[in-house]
Amino acid sequence: MLSRRLFTSRRVFSTLNSVRDSDVAHFAKILSPSSVLSTLPPVSTPRDELDIYNTDWMGKYRGKSTTVLKPKSTQEVSEIVSWCHDKHIPIVPQGGNTGLVGGSVPLKDEVILSLSNMSNVRSFDPVSGILVADAGCILQSLTDYVAPYDHIMPLDLGAKGSCQIGGNVSTNAGGLRLLRYGSLHGSVLGLEVVLPDGTILDQLTSLRKDNTGYDLKQLFIGAEGTLGVITGVSILTPPAPQASNNVILALPTFDNVVPLFKTVKRQLSEILSAFEFIDRTAYDLAVKHGQGRALSDEDVEGAQCFVLVETSGGRREHDEEKLANLLESLLEVDKPLINTGVLAQNPAQFSSLWALREGVTEAVSKEGKAYKYDISVPAATFKQVVDTTREHLRSKGLLHEDAVKHVLGYGHVGDGNLHLNIVAKGYTPEIQAALEPFVYEIVARHRGSVSAEHGIGAMKTHALPYSKTDVSIALMKRIKELFDPRGIMNPGKVLE
Amino acid sequence: MRPSPSRLLNILVPVKRAVDYAVKIRVNSSQTGVDLNVKHSMNPFDEIAVEEAVRLREKHKSSITSIQAFTIGPPKSVETLRTALAMGADSAVHVELPESAPAPEPLGVAKALRAWIEKQKEAGEGKGVDIVILGKQSIDDDLGQTGQMLAGLLGWGQATYASKVELDTEKKEAKVLREIDGGSEEVKVKLPLIVTTDLRLNEPRYASLPNIMKAKKKPVEKLKPEDLGVDLTPVMETLKVTEPPKRVGGGKVESVDELVAKLKEHGFTAV
Repeated sequence: MLSRRLFTSRRVFSTLNSVRDSDVAHFAKILSPSSVLSTLPPVSTPRDELDIYNTDWMGKYRGKSTTVLKPKSTQEVSEIVSWCHDKHIPIVPQGGNTGLVGGSVPLKDEVILSLSNMSNVRSFDPVSGILVADAGCILQSLTDYVAPYDHIMPLDLGAKGSCQIGGNVSTNAGGLRLLRYGSLHGSVLGLEVVLPDGTILDQLTSLRKDNTGYDLKQLFIGAEGTLGVITGVSILTPPAPQASNNVILALPTFDNVVPLFKTVKRQLSEILSAFEFIDRTAYDLAVKHGQGRALSDEDVEGAQCFVLVETSGGRREHDEEKLANLLESLLEVDKPLINTGVLAQNPAQFSSLWALREGVTEAVSKEGKAYKYDISVPAATFKQVVDTTREHLRSKGLLHEDAVKHVLGYGHVGDGNLHLNIVAKGYTPEIQAALEPFVYEIVARHRGSVSAEHGIGAMKTHALPYSKTDVSIALMKRIKELFDPRGIMNPGKVLE
Repeated sequence: MRPSPSRLLNILVPVKRAVDYAVKIRVNSSQTGVDLNVKHSMNPFDEIAVEEAVRLREKHKSSITSIQAFTIGPPKSVETLRTALAMGADSAVHVELPESAPAPEPLGVAKALRAWIEKQKEAGEGKGVDIVILGKQSIDDDLGQTGQMLAGLLGWGQATYASKVELDTEKKEAKVLREIDGGSEEVKVKLPLIVTTDLRLNEPRYASLPNIMKAKKKPVEKLKPEDLGVDLTPVMETLKVTEPPKRVGGGKVESVDELVAKLKEHGFTAV
């Protein structure tokens, strides 16, 4: 597989050039000194200062870029891209570099175009809730920006303190609020994009309704920077809920998850804002690594999995009554779907319960090296997928302390999105070979997606055929060719 | 040996409904106090007190007959009592104040508690309160006096700022580790006793769903201040509440000379 990747990258890079001293000199001329980092003269930055840009946060992907550019305006981005277009120099756009599939780090020595210096809010309309911001704005800072106006961002994810809105849109990030507010394909109203030849495409409209032909912006949402560089985003922010609450329910068997989801959806209706699934292994790991206060032993006894339900609404008394009625009906039926559960009594407990779910990612990385599969499959098959994978690894003799330590699943039941994690002592070719294409074949059998919300990046280009037909992939390639005939935008990502 | 009836203990846990600590408080427009139209929950130190009472019973089982939660406040304070009941208290008392009534002060609260405790004593054998566990302070007014005043009024022993409580039900005494400046102090106190809780005493539990359901059926006795013969009208008058001045951001200077010039400009001179 490694050799196949090498071959791929050799092919996509064959017509592209490395950055030369003369290019750096040009960048230094058009950008301010603090915007250019390069190991090449005349700038000559020490190599280690580029490490954080060349490496993803998990330390799984490592590029060899010599040059990082941090433009401060769309105009500067346009000038950089235009120069690279002329010189056939490949570009990797980079936001907060929090991706999980190696989409934002170079495969070779591409120019890294970091949007970090473009971090201004351009406008916010508190009546419509429409926010227009530079691509480099950090998600959390946008959340803080709209909070005084009683609005929230339509997406929320674990990396909110570092990830940038441009990256969120480029990867079509999902996250914890998708169940309630839908995907970015719906909430993004307009984009400003620098096309691969340096042209600025201004589609930064703030219209809720605009049926005027092809909706071009949709192509850039989830394109992972292969069709252009997103520099500005217009996004619809929903009004902030006035009251939130959450509860963790302990289930005796996984079979109850789907019936429980149906019941909860029916009874909570419009105030349901999250329905998250955590299997027992994931819960135990989160507790082991201190993510949130654990439930009492008595409460977790005999639980095969857990579900976190969150409500958000406009009136606390109304929401609490609904939630209380739901919980009562869950406990008082003849054959309860749940063993027990805990209800947050104050904001501190609310955060603590969320930490048990959100902290799984961190707990997994503390436990060992993780193979992460972010897949869409029918919610009813979540456990089966996890169990099948575990048994497969056991049959290959890989399920022991020195190879694979845990196979676990958690994720968004409401969205049919399972995070299948395999925690190993280290990354090895044997484990890799046992998992791929095995996992992708399971996904294909369920007509699922090999990447529900993490994207394709460099990690899953070869797996695309498990989710997309040949006709689709051929059309995707033609679109790429149309936008970027020279292939300079994030080469080797999404498409091979 | 079975404990004789006289050794059975009753615990009283006074709790207060306060603005939740996670809420960013704002001064109200009339500058008479803070905006109260925000999320409230049980004062965190009182939550620790409830947890401690429940843990004592888990440890000493039937030697502890009852845990009663007690609160003074507007109608919504009953939610705070329900939380205490869901955590493991058996019954609750709500001294109800009108929605618009000013918050009572520590002395008033201590007097109300004394009245309730005396009433319990009169109620008969085995009803008297033996231990009062309450927060060292409430996070809204930060006065931190109620426990001490109550001990003074009753003439009981007190162990304040507790970080560990060991109860000896046979000897009717408690060993309490207290948080003091630069370390801790261990005291031995005879019952009846007042304990005020500090942050490190324990970590309160979640309320489990079955316990929340059970709590709905536990008795809550409703009283008025007059029933206890106390007047909770504050003796202090709040004249004005203002927010601290907003912090203004600093600036960068290019050189030492510029720094010196700026300092002089703002009235700083060499001594």
